[in-house]
Amino acid sequence: MNAEIPITPLAATSYLAFAADGTPHLVGSLCADCGCVAPGPRMACAACCARGSMKSIRLAERGRLHSFTIVHRSFPGVTTPFVAAVVELDGGAMLKGTLVDIEPRWEALAFDMPVQIVFRDTGQRAPDGRTFISYYFSLAASPS
Amino acid sequence: MTDAYIVGIDMIPFGRYPSRTVVDLGTEAALLALDDAGLSIRDMQALYCGNLLEAHLMVGQRILREIGLTGIPVVNAANACATGATAFREGVIAIKAGFYDLVLAVGVEQMGRGLLGGGTRADGFVEEGVLGSSTLPAIFAQIGMDHSRKYGTTFEQFAKVAVKNHHHSTMNPKAMSRRETPLEEVMSSEMISWPNTKLMCSINVDGAAAAVIASERAVRRLGLMDRAVRIRASELTSGPYTPSESALPDFNLVSQNCAQAAYERAGLGPNDLDLVELHDCFATAEIVHYENLGLCANGEAGDLIDRGETTLGGRIPVNMSGGLLSKGHPLGATGIANLYEVTLHLRGNAGSRQVHGARIGLTHVCGGTSGRGSACAVHILEKA
Ligand SMILES: [Zn+2]
Repeated sequence: MNAEIPITPLAATSYLAFAADGTPHLVGSLCADCGCVAPGPRMACAACCARGSMKSIRLAERGRLHSFTIVHRSFPGVTTPFVAAVVELDGGAMLKGTLVDIEPRWEALAFDMPVQIVFRDTGQRAPDGRTFISYYFSLAASPS
Repeated sequence: MTDAYIVGIDMIPFGRYPSRTVVDLGTEAALLALDDAGLSIRDMQALYCGNLLEAHLMVGQRILREIGLTGIPVVNAANACATGATAFREGVIAIKAGFYDLVLAVGVEQMGRGLLGGGTRADGFVEEGVLGSSTLPAIFAQIGMDHSRKYGTTFEQFAKVAVKNHHHSTMNPKAMSRRETPLEEVMSSEMISWPNTKLMCSINVDGAAAAVIASERAVRRLGLMDRAVRIRASELTSGPYTPSESALPDFNLVSQNCAQAAYERAGLGPNDLDLVELHDCFATAEIVHYENLGLCANGEAGDLIDRGETTLGGRIPVNMSGGLLSKGHPLGATGIANLYEVTLHLRGNAGSRQVHGARIGLTHVCGGTSGRGSACAVHILEKA
C-alpha cells in the first residue's frame, strides 16, 4: 500500500506563508524609514516612497475590529450572510477578512472588539487537489 | 491660459437598452451634444471618450465611424467611476493648453446586471466570503460604518439619503427610477450589505452623455457665450497612502484632496456653491462625501441630512438629478451626466427641479475597487 504523502497546501493570499513545518502565518513589510506596515512584500514604501527600506516581518495575529458590514447579497455561489470585517492588527497593518464563529448580525458586533487571527481550510481545492488555507478573524477571549 | 467652456452638453435617458450597443448609445449622446451647441463633428478637433467595460475596444474611433471619420485624434480613457470625468478633463486640458479650440467628450457604458466588484483569480480561488467581501455595496457599507464608528451616524440617517434622492428623481424625466420611496420603505427593502438596503444602492443601467468644450476664442467667434458655462476647476486625484488602504480602498482622502485642489484652482469655497452633484453610488457614500467636499464640518453629515439642507429648497441642494441612486450609474457616462445636470441648472433649464438663481455648481465622481485603488474627479462650473 502507498503511504499517504503529505501535500503542501496553497495560501489563499500572497501575504499568507507556511513555515517549514507547515504552520501558516501572515507576512508583511515594515518600512525602516517611516515605520509603516503593509501586508505582503513591497518593493518600496507606499507611505514615504523610500526605496530599499522595506524589511520582511511576521504580522501580529491579534487586533481590533475597525469596521464591518453584514453581507446579505453576494456573488452567485457565495454563502450569505457573513461578516466582512476590516481589522487593525497590533503593530499597524490593516486587513480585510471574514469574521467567523459569530452570528452574522450587526447587533452582535461592536467597534474595537478584540480579534484574533485563525487559519483554516477554506474548503476550496486547486485542480491538483491541494487545499487552500486562509486566515479568518475570530473574536478574542480577552482584550489584546 | 484661456478659459474653457461647455457650449453643448446632453445625455440620453438612462435605462436598459439590451438591444443596443455601446457605440450606438455613445453616438446618440455625441450627436445630442453637438446639436445642443449647434455644431458638427467637422468642427471638432479631438475626441475624448470615456468607457470602462470595453476599454480596449476603441469606443471613440467606433463612434466616429458612425458620425464622421474626420481623422481627428481620439483618446480612449478608463479610470473607474471617474472614467467620463477623466475623458472630459483631458479635453479641458487640451483646450486650456491651446492645442485646440473645440473638442468633444463622450462618456458611455453598457452595464450587465448584478453586483459590481471582485474579478476572478488565475488560480481559480474564490476570495469572496473568505477574505471578507469585494462587492462594492459591502465596501461602501464598511466606509459608512467607519463614519458611524467616528460620529455615531445611524442607519436611519443613511437611509434618508435615498429618500431625498428618490424624491428629486420624480422631477427628472431622464432618471431610470422616478418614484418616491418613504423612509420605512427604504429601511425595510432587501438588505444588501448592512446598512445599505437595495434602495440605498445605485442602479446598474446603460447610458451615455457628451459635451462640447470650447476655448474662449471659439465661444466668442461662434456667439455662444449666452449658453456657455465656464469651467472654473477640473481636478483629478488618485488614492493617496492611508493606513487602511491595504484593507479598504480610500474614497475619503482622495475626495478631500480633489475638492481642495478644485476650490484652490477656482478661488472659491464650499459656501460659494449653489448645488452639488456628488457620487452617491451608495447612500453611505453621500454621507461621507458631504464632509469630504466641505459641505459641512466633520461629524455633521448626519445633521445635514436630518435638517434637510441638501434637499431642493435647502441650503445646499445635493443630487438634484436623483443621483446615481435613482438616475442610475453607467460607470463611464456618470462623470459627464453630472456635468449635464449642473449645466442645466446654471442655464436655468432644469424645469421643476431648478435650483433658483444657481450660478456655481460642483460635480464629484469617485470610485475604485478593493486591493487596487481609487480615483476622484471634481469640476466646478459657473454660469458665463
Ligand atoms: Zn516608509
